[in-house]
Amino acid sequence: MKNRIPVVLLACGSFNPITHMHLRLFEVARDHLHQTGMYQVVEGIISPVNDSYGKKDLVASHHRVAMARLALQTSDWIRVDPWESEQAQWTETVKVLRHHHSELLKSSAQMEDSRKTPSASADSCNLPGIHPCSAVLPELKLLCGADVLKTFHTPNLWKDEHIQEIVEKFGLVCVSRGGHDPKGYILDSPILRQFQHNIHLAREPIQNEISATYVRKALGQGQSVKYLLPDAVIAYIRDHGLYSSDSPWKGKGNAS
Amino acid sequence: MEPMKARRGVPFSSFRAEVVAGGPGPFGLRGLMTAMMSECHLDQQLQLVTADTSEKTDVVLLACGSFNPITNMHLRLFELGKDYMNATGKYRVIKGIISPVGDAYRKKGLIPAHHRVIMAELATKNSHWVEVDTWESLQKEWVETVKVLRHHQEKLATGSCDHPQSSPSLDRPGRKRKWAEQNQNSSPKKPQAFKPTGVPRVKLLCGADLLESFSVPNLWKIEDITQIVANYGLICITRAGSDAQKFIYESDVLWRYQSNIHLVDEWITNDISSTKIRRALRRGQSIRYLVPDLVQEYIEKHDLYSSESEDRNVGVILAPLQRNIAEAKHNSSMA
Repeated sequence: MKNRIPVVLLACGSFNPITHMHLRLFEVARDHLHQTGMYQVVEGIISPVNDSYGKKDLVASHHRVAMARLALQTSDWIRVDPWESEQAQWTETVKVLRHHHSELLKSSAQMEDSRKTPSASADSCNLPGIHPCSAVLPELKLLCGADVLKTFHTPNLWKDEHIQEIVEKFGLVCVSRGGHDPKGYILDSPILRQFQHNIHLAREPIQNEISATYVRKALGQGQSVKYLLPDAVIAYIRDHGLYSSDSPWKGKGNAS
Repeated sequence: MEPMKARRGVPFSSFRAEVVAGGPGPFGLRGLMTAMMSECHLDQQLQLVTADTSEKTDVVLLACGSFNPITNMHLRLFELGKDYMNATGKYRVIKGIISPVGDAYRKKGLIPAHHRVIMAELATKNSHWVEVDTWESLQKEWVETVKVLRHHQEKLATGSCDHPQSSPSLDRPGRKRKWAEQNQNSSPKKPQAFKPTGVPRVKLLCGADLLESFSVPNLWKIEDITQIVANYGLICITRAGSDAQKFIYESDVLWRYQSNIHLVDEWITNDISSTKIRRALRRGQSIRYLVPDLVQEYIEKHDLYSSESEDRNVGVILAPLQRNIAEAKHNSSMA
């Protein structure tokens, strides 16, 4: 564990709803980074997108945050952060990264301060895995699937300068399965090519294509989604009548 | 105000009290008469509904396999099978049974049955309808799948389907109560209206890999395959676009009984094979969210899978192969 660079993984997305596949991304990414021998993943953050993102069938963010929280009850290293969902409007991914980076700076500064005081509080050393004496700031990396990497090529979806900042300043951990060619996506983009050393490609050999779209459709048709997402999330969906075919919780995409 | 709905099991006297309390108000006389009529005819309505239900065949889904270990994919098979069969309108799935294979199967990497049974129990702890049966795993010799089907069908025929299957490890009185409660709630006035017309039918639940294993030489007896599809039936969960239909087409036996083979499309590519789980464990990789949390914790606590465990039965011939080859030799020498 000595001399490894601490890493925090941040996943942005709709999480509409969160599924086992989302959670797997974190596990696979962590295993991959550990295997390089260079990194120690100390935290995972799930950041559900803001309601004003305007995606069809997006249920209210407080539900999506609550479901993620339930899903992460049994995880000792991943947590959900509602900051992005609580902003007044949609926030570009790079800004979410900047926010969490500054939060890491703040808590690192707090740790420094508390070390200097005689009665060090336990709270400031709450990042698991970080040696209290270590002054190394964790690297914040964006965690995503290969499909997101592919969207970098979609015209007008991302600003070039944002893509560059993401891969240059932060770094990307991209988990892929079959059907995608992440190396190809990287080579096809000059920006990605230039910073490919900062893009970590993790392969998930176990195909587990649990799309949230499928889950919503199954729920709308009264079909079982058990074992695709945590039981606690399924119970929440049922208790709040989300994703049923006559659900009153449909997002802004209703009119379309 | 909500319109009055006919509610089952509401005695006529209390209905009248509600109507009086509500006053003439939004119902009007016409509404009142309609409501009273529907309440009066509730018995007949119930009978219509139950007649519909009692024409359905009750089905029990039986899954045989190593479950080494059980994964979320295995559990999904049950959910997909149940949804499919119920949606046909002809069947009602009342129970799911997981029957882990006995150690005498001699498959490479197969760990002792009691661990596999316990993991399956942990995995189905939160299921209202799927349970684990240990009969097969407790037999000294390997048992052909058709015999497991026969065993469970006979058990249902003797009317013992209300009782939970025996388990050496975990006591589940709660499960029995839940199932019994379900039955009680659904037959308020005329219990016999909800009794299934016949004995529940056991059907083999499987993935495409089992279907396609029918063609592995000496793995199955042709008469066993015939009995399985003719007398019991197959519910086969397959990846959309798989070759299952082609496989059925190319087999005379399967073709003949194709009406008894239900192919269920699985749109989610769910390739959580136990082999890959064991491989990930050997490499120190996470299996979280691929198996139920309780199973993952149990595996970790008992350190179940390693290179050593994977070497079990190496060089040993699989029980069905051994038996079928020996029988074939015996038959040919007798000829």
